Amino acid sequence: MPRIYLDHASSMPIDPRVFEFAKPYITTSHGNPSSLHSVGLEAKRAIEESRKKIAEFIHAENENTIIFTGGATEANNLAVKGTALRNITQGKVVVASAIEHMSVLNPMKELQKNGFSFTILPVDSTGMVDLKKLETILTKDTVITSVMYANNEIGTIEPIREISKIVHEKGMYLHVDAVAAEGRIPIDVQKESIDLLTVSSNDLYGPPGAGALYIKPGVKIQSVLLGGGQERGLRSGTENIFAIAGMGEAARISQQEMQNESSRLIPIRDKFIKEILKIDQSYLTGHSTKRLPHHASFRFSYIEGESILLNMDMYDIQVSTGSACSSKTLEPSHVLLAIGLKHEEAHGSMVLTLGRSTTIDDVEPVRKATNDTIQRLRKLSPMSQEWRK
Amino acid sequence: MANVGYSKKVMEHFMNPRNVGVIENCDGYGKVGNPICGDVMEIFIKVKDDIITDIKFRTFGCGSAIATSSMVTELAKGKHVDEAVKITRSDVANELEGLPPQKMHCSNLAADALHEAIKDYRNRKQQKK
Repeated sequence: MPRIYLDHASSMPIDPRVFEFAKPYITTSHGNPSSLHSVGLEAKRAIEESRKKIAEFIHAENENTIIFTGGATEANNLAVKGTALRNITQGKVVVASAIEHMSVLNPMKELQKNGFSFTILPVDSTGMVDLKKLETILTKDTVITSVMYANNEIGTIEPIREISKIVHEKGMYLHVDAVAAEGRIPIDVQKESIDLLTVSSNDLYGPPGAGALYIKPGVKIQSVLLGGGQERGLRSGTENIFAIAGMGEAARISQQEMQNESSRLIPIRDKFIKEILKIDQSYLTGHSTKRLPHHASFRFSYIEGESILLNMDMYDIQVSTGSACSSKTLEPSHVLLAIGLKHEEAHGSMVLTLGRSTTIDDVEPVRKATNDTIQRLRKLSPMSQEWRK
Repeated sequence: MANVGYSKKVMEHFMNPRNVGVIENCDGYGKVGNPICGDVMEIFIKVKDDIITDIKFRTFGCGSAIATSSMVTELAKGKHVDEAVKITRSDVANELEGLPPQKMHCSNLAADALHEAIKDYRNRKQQKK
């Protein structure tokens, strides 16, 4: 059976067109953009061209709003720490939704050492942020509020426009992590009135090792990484030209193809959901309609997610799980706990993220493998026997 | 093939676990772990003249939880209870050609479940006297 890769939220193959486009920047035009000679200038030009493409991709005011980083984690750290520390005289409260990526949550926790207070914005059982709660927790001391465009583990799309309105009435800056959403749904930082936005290269079928932070003109921010002063002093370090050039091209292609690709994936996603939910004691996690086009996530009672992942891999089907046992911290997914699942429920999760290689013909073998996996593991599980009694 | 740092032997026991199931009229029963932590193991033993003649297990947990359960039943089967009770967590891990470091504690409870089952057997025997 051919491989069926359904873990696009974790990593994606680089688009061959992007690879061809970016190849010169690790072979012939390999210059350091800070060098003034012609090879350096070729690299410099590649960065600036990519900057324009990223700005167009997210509908930014101009390309000067884009700061390249080494990835989304770095961009999130810069957004959170860079604005909080720069605006410390304006207020000392930071807010994040309970389902943010760790690269938002951990910098906010760290800011507590600098005297900031960190408030977590709860979500409902579908993963939607609580807008009423947002209104009550924001104050004029809230320097930055971070809510993701959509969640990577449960696929829920957040009401960014409403959130943005509330944040700008009550607090200061809104940061949006768009990594899970980019390339799947349109992003418009001006229409949505977003102050800071994180994107990554690999999630657009670009090379890993590049990300970008959009910073709205006028937003006050300082660097977190000190060095040679690249990227207007906001992200020191020699630029990864191959990844940056590739990221721009990936964004350009994604912008052209997103609508068709998302329309193609939605019925496949829905078929995955419909077929897998036929398994006894299986549940969808996340929102049923306000959901990313490529995202199907589940939980199964009485079994554990790492076992699901390993067992599915035996069929050469790659999936993801929020199980504690598969994480480095051995804690179950904070996202699944935030939507109200009990620990033992959060252990049994499986996430499918579809991509360009996914076709409708993948549904049946995946359904069968999932069913066989679940039945086998339940036979082994002391908990499922109790349920059968 | 899966590769989360598991040895071939762990994967082999995970995919083809030995001695799965329940012994209805067992002579000893041990259960350890907690569903909240993501690992629950139970072991049933049948004992004749202090020799473990049959052993079965059921496990809720990750790959190493299942593989260690399977391995401990293999190690204990046919052994005198005084010998079987000496089987340690590291014996199980060694027989499986090692476990990833983060799995050594939480998912390596199988020896504990075996010890509980033997304790239960001895208690029952005591009560009969």
